[in-house]
Amino acid sequence: MADTILVVVEQREGKLNRVSWETITAGQAIAAATGWTLEAAVVGSGAASIAAEVAGKKVAKVYAIESAKLEPYTPDAFAAALKQFLTSKQPKLVLMPHTYQVRDFVPKLATAMGRTVISDCIGFKHEGGKLVFTRQMFQGKLAADVSFTSGAPWFVTFQNGSFRGDKAEAGASTAPVETVSVDIADGVIRNKPQEVFKEAKQAVDLTQAEVIVAVGRGIKEQKNIEIAKQLADALGGDLAASRPICDSGWLPMDRQIGSSGQTVAPKLYLALGISGAIQHIVGMKGSRAIIAVNKDSEAPIFEIADYAIVGNLFDIVPPLIEEVKKAKG
Amino acid sequence: MKQVPQKDAPLKLNESGTWIREDVSYEVNEPDAYALEEALRQREKHKGEVVVITSGPARAQQVLREALAKGADRAIHLEDDKFVGLDAFNTAKAIAAAIKDEQFDLIFTGLQSDDYGYAQTGVILAELLGWPHATIIMQIEKNETGIRVKRELEAGFFQFVDMPTPAVLTIQSGINKLRYATLIGIKQAKNKPLRKVSLAEVQSALGENLQKIEKLYIPQKTKKTEHIEGAPAEIAKKLVDKLRNELRVL
Ligand SMILES: Cc1cc2nc3c(=O)[nH]c(=O)nc-3n(C[C@H](O)[C@H](O)[C@H](O)COP(=O)(O)OP(=O)(O)OC[C@H]3O[C@@H](n4cnc5c(N)ncnc54)[C@H](O)[C@@H]3O)c2cc1C
Repeated sequence: MADTILVVVEQREGKLNRVSWETITAGQAIAAATGWTLEAAVVGSGAASIAAEVAGKKVAKVYAIESAKLEPYTPDAFAAALKQFLTSKQPKLVLMPHTYQVRDFVPKLATAMGRTVISDCIGFKHEGGKLVFTRQMFQGKLAADVSFTSGAPWFVTFQNGSFRGDKAEAGASTAPVETVSVDIADGVIRNKPQEVFKEAKQAVDLTQAEVIVAVGRGIKEQKNIEIAKQLADALGGDLAASRPICDSGWLPMDRQIGSSGQTVAPKLYLALGISGAIQHIVGMKGSRAIIAVNKDSEAPIFEIADYAIVGNLFDIVPPLIEEVKKAKG
Repeated sequence: MKQVPQKDAPLKLNESGTWIREDVSYEVNEPDAYALEEALRQREKHKGEVVVITSGPARAQQVLREALAKGADRAIHLEDDKFVGLDAFNTAKAIAAAIKDEQFDLIFTGLQSDDYGYAQTGVILAELLGWPHATIIMQIEKNETGIRVKRELEAGFFQFVDMPTPAVLTIQSGINKLRYATLIGIKQAKNKPLRKVSLAEVQSALGENLQKIEKLYIPQKTKKTEHIEGAPAEIAKKLVDKLRNELRVL
């Protein structure tokens, strides 16, 4: 029998998390390279409607793993449900998106099965019959190809944006959906989650900004933020920041860009002293143009920059403010 | 807590291209510093003891010394060069073995490390100990039945979770404001207990690594990036030209 790849898509409150399409695309690519069979699963109460949506894609089968105890999400219930399911199905490879929810339960699940997760991958290679997964190391400064040295199932999570969700192929016909009920014993679930909420409404909305000047830890001290502010003012733009700047209280949280901040897509994003960690990049990679100033020529931010200036921001920014002012007359 | 290469340190690959050369400067993993700070704050509120633990070569003792100087009561060092090469599963197993006689109520870890970035060790440790866990934590309050924690979710969402103790929590940067060590703290740290645990002591708990780094390398660039070079004044002129004529934002 051929080996199986299982993609576990993510649902939240009965809706498919769109990032799951990227994982389906990844699964289809690995299936094409290896000749393995691709299947998918949805976990949750009321997973059936999402399973039907996934069944439209090119997958051999979709499982809806159901139990009333899966709502609301808890790591205990998700790990227990998937462990039961995977132990009976024995897929070779289990793929999931590297979401906050997945990183909350998948290391527990793998450990409970005596297995391991290669987490936060950005791609895969299949060379000479060997499957390796590529992931960023040292916050994107280096990359590593990582292989499994243990038995199946192999767990892999993929970083947001690593595959194109819109490239997930549709199937020639709808895949069969099988509902699987799992038993989760009393006492398994120890956490009691409350309602999900958003902090008081943000005072600053950067999503409509045309020009953003963003500062990172390269700005060194709170008082230096002033020069970034001057540049933003000269350009008629808004000031934003990476997370450490907001963590330090140098700028308010509502100016934070990234996975736990705002997602922006201005005409121009000027990054000053930002290294380009993935959690920052997901919040600004949709910008029309990115200019990065960083003293480290190997900073990952340069991989997504349209214009790169390798240098000390304290040398570059003051003359730039003057030139911009001159140009504006 | 883990010691990782300093953020600005230039990294060089080792001979075999499977890890970095060790001759770089190191610092404490950033989220771990927040985890320590949170432990100290919880102790200030509820009394008790803060114990810091690290696994790594002799150099990693620096992390423990700093933590003791900031106010931790005692330290445990799983000391061996080989601890660096363990995968998250075995690192968690080593830690679990080293603390088997302890009676902790809470274990805090940073939510991920700045070097590997696996985001797994804390959660694996919880499973090995049979304890509940919660990840990406931004607030911790004691309540009648245990604790109430605030989990950060994506895109600005949060969630409170009630859970019993003992528990493992992985702490997010920014949960609190970090303190500095005081001179008196640094002095006192010298007399605080630091227990060393050798690889031999925990070896029987460990197994083979379940995953392996085949190759470490500098990532290939995929995007076409235009470098703007010259003296700062020249760069400024060139950039303004781009801003006006190519990007049309001026
Ligand atoms: C779950 C999770 C969520 C997160 N959410 C976010 C988020 O929403 N947003 C976010 O930004 N981060 C987020 N992070 C943190 C993220 O991983 C990085 O730690 C952070 O983005 C790094 O910020 P930085 O680039 O400013 O700092 P660093 O990584 O320290 O980079 C500073 C850069 O400045 C450069 N530099 C230093 N001095 C100068 C100088 N004089 N001139 C020019 N360049 C200089 C350095 O070369 C370096 O590249 C999150 C992390 C996690 C784990």
